[in-house]
Amino acid sequence: MDVFLQTLVAGVLKGGLYALIGIGMTLIMGVMGIINLAHGQLMMVAMYITYVLHLAGVDPYISLFVAMPALFLLGSLIQRYLLNPLLKVDTILPENQVLMTVGIGMVLTEVIRFFFKSDYKSVTTGYSNATFFLGNISFSMALTISFFIAIAFTVAMYFFLIKTDIGRSIRATAQDKDAAVLMGVNTGRITIITFGLGSALVAAAGSLLAPVFYVFPDIGGPFTARAFIITILGGLGSTVGAIFGGVTLGLAESFGATYISMDYENIIGMTIFVLVLLFLPGGFKRLTKV
Amino acid sequence: MKKNLVPLVLLAVLAAFPLVVADNYYRHLMILFLMWVVIGSAWNLIAGYTGQVSFGDAAFFGSGAYAAGLLSHHLQISAWWGLALGGFVAVAVGLPFGWICFRMRGAYFALATLALNEVMRHSAAIAEGFTGGMVGILIMPTFVSKVPYYYVALGLAVASMASIRWIVHAKPGYYFVSIREDQDAAESLGINTHFYKMLSLAIAAFWTGVAGSLYMNYMGFIDPDVVFSLHDISIMAILVGIVGGVGTVYGPMVGAFVMVTVQELFRSGFFGLFAFLGRATGSPTVEAVAKTITGAHVLGFGILVVVVILVLPNGIVGDWPKIRNAFFRNKTAA
Amino acid sequence: MAFFRADELVKYFGGLAAVNGVSFQVEKGEILGLIGPNGSGKTTTFNMISGYHRPTSGRVIFKGQEIHRMPTHKICRLGIGRTFQVVKPLGRMSVLDNVIAAAYSRVNSHAEAQDLALETIRFCGMTPVKDQLAKSLPIAGRKRLEIARAMATKPELLLLDETAAGLNPTELTEAIDLIKKIRDNGTTIVIIEHIMHVIMTISDRIHAINFGQTIAEGTPQEVAQNKAVIEAYLGTEYA
Repeated sequence: MDVFLQTLVAGVLKGGLYALIGIGMTLIMGVMGIINLAHGQLMMVAMYITYVLHLAGVDPYISLFVAMPALFLLGSLIQRYLLNPLLKVDTILPENQVLMTVGIGMVLTEVIRFFFKSDYKSVTTGYSNATFFLGNISFSMALTISFFIAIAFTVAMYFFLIKTDIGRSIRATAQDKDAAVLMGVNTGRITIITFGLGSALVAAAGSLLAPVFYVFPDIGGPFTARAFIITILGGLGSTVGAIFGGVTLGLAESFGATYISMDYENIIGMTIFVLVLLFLPGGFKRLTKV
Repeated sequence: MKKNLVPLVLLAVLAAFPLVVADNYYRHLMILFLMWVVIGSAWNLIAGYTGQVSFGDAAFFGSGAYAAGLLSHHLQISAWWGLALGGFVAVAVGLPFGWICFRMRGAYFALATLALNEVMRHSAAIAEGFTGGMVGILIMPTFVSKVPYYYVALGLAVASMASIRWIVHAKPGYYFVSIREDQDAAESLGINTHFYKMLSLAIAAFWTGVAGSLYMNYMGFIDPDVVFSLHDISIMAILVGIVGGVGTVYGPMVGAFVMVTVQELFRSGFFGLFAFLGRATGSPTVEAVAKTITGAHVLGFGILVVVVILVLPNGIVGDWPKIRNAFFRNKTAA
Repeated sequence: MAFFRADELVKYFGGLAAVNGVSFQVEKGEILGLIGPNGSGKTTTFNMISGYHRPTSGRVIFKGQEIHRMPTHKICRLGIGRTFQVVKPLGRMSVLDNVIAAAYSRVNSHAEAQDLALETIRFCGMTPVKDQLAKSLPIAGRKRLEIARAMATKPELLLLDETAAGLNPTELTEAIDLIKKIRDNGTTIVIIEHIMHVIMTISDRIHAINFGQTIAEGTPQEVAQNKAVIEAYLGTEYA
């Protein structure tokens, strides 16, 4: 029973962090219909920023406040100069935009590899390995803190989208771009801001993840995959869905690793992905109508 | 038959190539080029003509490669039989692949193919008993010289392009493009879109699988990360198709040539030019630049992807008017 | 046995009944007009007949066969063609190629398909533009292309969905002439139209629906004076 609970806890905590990764992507995909295959790589950049600042003695939870604006800027620039131009081009295949993000992901990975080489780096802090116990179940301190920060960001995002003007503009653009333009929304600017926001959110995830994960250039790929699974599970554009999706994936991986085998971790995710695409298009959002 | 003149001349040149050029380095590059003509043509059929942009062609390539490799590994049958078998194994993989993925359209279809690609890759790594896992498969190459491999590759390239050219000018070709342009309208015209999408995928899977079998025979070694590689196979196939020009018969050939050349350009530091310059001038800066370029070849590749999509979204063949105007504008302005 | 019969067609989308009990018959060689205000369920009815939607309940019987569970392409080959309200040109193909693609539903060789396509294009008066890209055609051309494409599948029953919308008076007259020509050539037609002038002049009979249900049926004159029809279009004061 303890093993079960431990696995459950590990899965939920990991899930919170995953949710943060997923929100950024669900926003980008839901609002702009852009499939960002560089999402994990953006997170990787944030992790390296955290690493560098850590070398200078800055705590990861503080670097959060550097990484987020930095990635917001990077994301905005990417959208402005590399993605927005694609929207106007008439090509036979509309998937150019997906391919562009693949290229961007490659460039980000290789630039980082160029400066930092491929070695696994670590950001070890006082609390990296700290745990506390509730009964017989151990909770990773770092993951627990991340979990709550992630939930906080998710809630903040939810209110941002519902209550603020920019949030409403984002949702308007997501629902009907042309109509939004007619209502005076500067959709070009909104897409830039949204991509920036999505990048900033995944940057937060990166800073939070740095203390408990190795940092290396190729870490981006698997996380991009996870971001997709979460987005599809939760439903495009749904912040609540991202939480559901993140926790579900976290649990699936956790149980898969404990009860089946570590090797199956990647396949579980991909299989869930395909199953959801097949049987529950629209994700959790469709079930709950949130 | 003017239409066939240029291709026939090209064919003659290609046929004579290994007899004229004895350097194995260039022969190797040409074999790669021919292999990518096959893969690129196949991708172009399913994506360029039928409009279903697959991000997972490595699944078929790897299936073909493993088909050939496993024949040799488990049954001690010559891997060359894989050439015949690999295509059909890939089709067998492609049918459920298509059945799952074609339920979705557009970008979701693309994502699904990507996911299945990754499932194949991880499955091959896990199924150690069957595939040898991450250790991969190693076989003794049949020939020492590259020349036989070259002619097999050339034969495959010609066969794939010819078969695809024949198909697109006949009824299936019209049906494929109709599906691409408007699937619902196509249905209303009596086109069984599900069947034709599957047909397009099966043909594409076949040729890609055959290319994979060739790879196994030629390189002698495969493992899951090489033959099921998302970036090196699936994305490369897309680039070959896009750079050349989607929806054109000869686009993949142009694309394959450009991409293989560029890839090698970066990997070798402009074919050793910079290294040579470094030594010739004795300048440490130039040498450093040479080393940097060689080391950063994947970066260069990534930048190329970005630039190509921004500037030549319809490929070299598709955007030819644009290229012509950019380079030859001065002459006409006079 | 009627040439074509729709029996108590019902279609629910979620909780909303788009069509809630529509029935009509069509005799071979006639032109049946289908009218009703926007959102009354006309296009949904067409979609059910041509196989894009499966009816929630009800049947569609064509030449003695139940077709409401068949896929669209099979229905086309049985002899029902349709045009789309929002035109769907195969944009990057030429007009000729668009029609060849359609012709392949009846013949198998390229030569035969091309002959059938050219003949159909000539019949529909599109020969001057046959080599133009479909996406370069103005709206009138696109609507006519819809018809030409459908005609190349040699339909016995043709469903026309608002082929006259957006046309100027000259184009309108040409469209009406083409439709009459198609009927005279032996094709039965069911036509959805909002432009009263068009539908009243060419229809033999009219079937009116509102809120997914039949409200009137009869000759154009009878339907034009029907109280429920007037109420649906103009409001209760005029009834």
